[in-house]
Amino acid sequence: MSSKNTPILGGRPHAFTPILDAANQVILGKPAEVRLAAACLLAGGHLLIEDLPGLGKTTLAHTLARLLGLQFARVQFTADLLPADITGVSIFDREHGSFRFIPGPVFSQLLLADEINRATPKTQSALLEAMEEGQVSIEGETRALPSPFFVIATQNPADQIGTFPLPESQLDRFLMRIELGYPGRDAERALLAAGSRRQASDQLASLLTPEQLPQLQAEVAALHVSPALIDYVQALIEATRNHAGFRHGLSPRAGLALLSAARAWAWLAGRDMVLPDDVQAVFAPVARHRLHGAQGGTLASRAEIDALLATVAIP
Amino acid sequence: MKRSQPDPLSREQTPWLFAAALVTTLPHTLQQPWWLSALGGLLFAWAFLLWREDRRLPGRWILLALVVAGIAAILADFRTLLGREAGVATLVLFMAMKLLELRSRRDATVIVMLGYFLLLTHYFHSQDIPTGLWLLFALWVVTAALVRLQAATMPPRENLFQAGSLLAQALPFMLVLYLLFPRINGPLWGLPADAFTGQTGLSDSMAPGNIANLVRSGEIAFRVRFDEALPARQQLYWRGPVLESFDGRTWRQSTRPANPERIEELGPRIAYEMTLEAHGQRWLLALDAPVTLPAGANLDGRLSALAPRPVEKRQRLRLSSSPAYRLNTAESPLSLSDNLRLPANNNPQTRELARNWQAQANDPAEVIALALRHFREEPFHYTLQPPLLGRDGIDDFLFRTRRGFCEHYAAAFVVLMRNAGIPARVVTGYQGGELNPRDGYLVVRQSEAHAWAEVWLEQRGWIRVDPTAAVAPERIERGIVDALPAGEPLPAFLLRHGDWLHDLRHRWEALNNAWNQHILGYDTQRQRDLLSRLGFAVDWRQLVIALGLACALILALVTAWSLRQRIRPAPEIRLWHRAQRRIGIHCAPGETPLAFAARLRAADPALAARFDPVVRHFMLARYAPDNPNSLAALAAAVKRLPRRRIA
Repeated sequence: MSSKNTPILGGRPHAFTPILDAANQVILGKPAEVRLAAACLLAGGHLLIEDLPGLGKTTLAHTLARLLGLQFARVQFTADLLPADITGVSIFDREHGSFRFIPGPVFSQLLLADEINRATPKTQSALLEAMEEGQVSIEGETRALPSPFFVIATQNPADQIGTFPLPESQLDRFLMRIELGYPGRDAERALLAAGSRRQASDQLASLLTPEQLPQLQAEVAALHVSPALIDYVQALIEATRNHAGFRHGLSPRAGLALLSAARAWAWLAGRDMVLPDDVQAVFAPVARHRLHGAQGGTLASRAEIDALLATVAIP
Repeated sequence: MKRSQPDPLSREQTPWLFAAALVTTLPHTLQQPWWLSALGGLLFAWAFLLWREDRRLPGRWILLALVVAGIAAILADFRTLLGREAGVATLVLFMAMKLLELRSRRDATVIVMLGYFLLLTHYFHSQDIPTGLWLLFALWVVTAALVRLQAATMPPRENLFQAGSLLAQALPFMLVLYLLFPRINGPLWGLPADAFTGQTGLSDSMAPGNIANLVRSGEIAFRVRFDEALPARQQLYWRGPVLESFDGRTWRQSTRPANPERIEELGPRIAYEMTLEAHGQRWLLALDAPVTLPAGANLDGRLSALAPRPVEKRQRLRLSSSPAYRLNTAESPLSLSDNLRLPANNNPQTRELARNWQAQANDPAEVIALALRHFREEPFHYTLQPPLLGRDGIDDFLFRTRRGFCEHYAAAFVVLMRNAGIPARVVTGYQGGELNPRDGYLVVRQSEAHAWAEVWLEQRGWIRVDPTAAVAPERIERGIVDALPAGEPLPAFLLRHGDWLHDLRHRWEALNNAWNQHILGYDTQRQRDLLSRLGFAVDWRQLVIALGLACALILALVTAWSLRQRIRPAPEIRLWHRAQRRIGIHCAPGETPLAFAARLRAADPALAARFDPVVRHFMLARYAPDNPNSLAALAAAVKRLPRRRIA
């Protein structure tokens, strides 16, 4: 990004500065991804991490949950997972002679849905509806999910046998999609020397009170966006729609997602306004999983996204 | 039935409407009855107080009562609600009342529209430069009020600027319509019957004091430009109505049918162009003796030129006259006896004196000389303030008061001549004029109004005799100011307070004359001349086509200009581009300012350090919440950049 020393604008410290520092102590060599995950959380969206197993997806989720003081739950998605396994069931209580609701893992503040593409579409959509609505309807009763409610879902792209890839409409529910990738040489070495990071994350203390996060989210949502910046976002969206390489352009919902993600990114940079840099920084994670190649199937490539950013003039 | 106000007016909009009402009605206070001005002022003050104290506007019964009272007062004063004066008075009253009814945007729109209409009515009274300037100003204020209705919170300066720019955009259309809209001779619409009241000028009768009153007016009667040199002052007798019948006090025009004049020209003609102000009568006030007249005009049988219709707007005329002439050496007996008639048993002393002279003299010319010598040698005074005269006015004047103005001398001289058996008559008109060195026009004012005598002599016809010249030769030689004795309370405009004031007056009148000649005097003929010079055949169809084309062209230009304004980049973008040109390095299309700054830092850290403030202020100006100072800060940062070109 901008400069290594003092930035030209912003750089004001905020509540997330210590959180990001602590997270980077645990997840080594992935500051950009950690920051994106934090931005996604601040923007009130959900995160999809697509990568091979063992790259630290769970550690990331766990670390964030610990640092932010969020109640954490994890569901391993399998082909025989039923919707009720996520949302919860009512069982008959003999002592009281009535049904008692046992909440499922969805009733937590940070839910890690591991390998979401292994479950059947019916189960997938039960989770995704909960993500969208912020509530679940079980046996005719509507129950509100806790707030904040943040889902980190993971997908394994390599092993496609026996999976149910998320349809485009479901992918749209995720604000961002990121890849963690292999750690860098130095980071890997540090990792090997220090041993598994899970213990490290377990020892983390909460740096935020439960009431603080919604306040910060409200602060982010109110960050100033100038007409010129909206022009830029609009130009980007229009460019995806007129791009021969994409099957469809970005939807208006994607445009709103782009703006809220950019706001969160600008807030993390300690600025009180959104710059085109913020839009560019979050554009690939926000847009890539919503754009598909013209041939069908594959997601837009990183190179295509970068080329788009380089050609669309900043108005 | 109470209806809710759909679009209430905000507090900030009302003062603009007050201003609009004020500027459009204020000049009318000069014309309208005093009670209407007072009532309007009271209503205005009331509305203003209610606004300032934020109080409720009066109820509809109070307003109704006020309307009825106001209309009754107008009816009582003017005896009608129609016509020019009464109609304008009604509108002024309505405007003042509407201020007490300012509740919704609809009411405000009524004020604005009424304001625009009232602006037009000022042209009934005056079309001169100050009126034009005031009305432009008023137009601006009314338009600003209209802008205010659309944007209640705009800063006042911005508001005025917007209104000004709207008017500026209308300017080309105004010019095109002025130049190309088919000109119609005479008023475009039927004007009310009282549209031309209050014009000053000679009347068709003369009683002692008439002309002296006229002289107090500084208004211009007409302007003349001679084709060649200015004739001698003594020749500048501008002939108006000839008065032949006398009832002992008042001189009137004779009703005797006219015989055509027989004029023998004894010298060269003088050709000139006259711009005659409206005076509501038919006299053209040609220089004695008129020989060629404009189309439609004719002589009245007494050598006075008459227009076909009363002169009710400013006219430009081409005339020529022959200052040396002989008129009607053979005159009809009816005319001669008319010009000898006197009221019976009137002015016995005058009759006595005339009879004495007639007995002394051998021929009429000698009687004339005796009379002029009498005026010259007896203690007669030339004054604007003659004493009142009794029943035998001429006797009183000749033997008792001996103080009078031109009309007294002319009347007394004619009565003397008629008593001596010499046919004589009074001629009224103007004498002299003032040359404006600024534009070469001879300006003849109402103050130059004059009366002189004509006598008829065998073989010589009608001869002009000016008894005033015998009493006060300066009047004829130098003008009225020099003729009046010192200490005479002259109207202020006649006094010459030093040269610069006089010169200023000349300049102002030359400017007014140019305005009259070129702006107000742009008539069918001038339009035709202009168009044929531009290569258009003169045909109203082509005129309409030209008008349409010109309007379309202006519309296209205005549209193109405003589109250009729209695609023109914002000021901070222009400064950002200027900064890049200044350092000779340019930002790529998708490169953010921060990325550009980073690239610059990698390439040239020293330059980057100086460029960083520009980046910072550009981002603040473009992406931060609005801050009035950010543009100035950016401009200052750009100015501090070193001028450098990187190859």
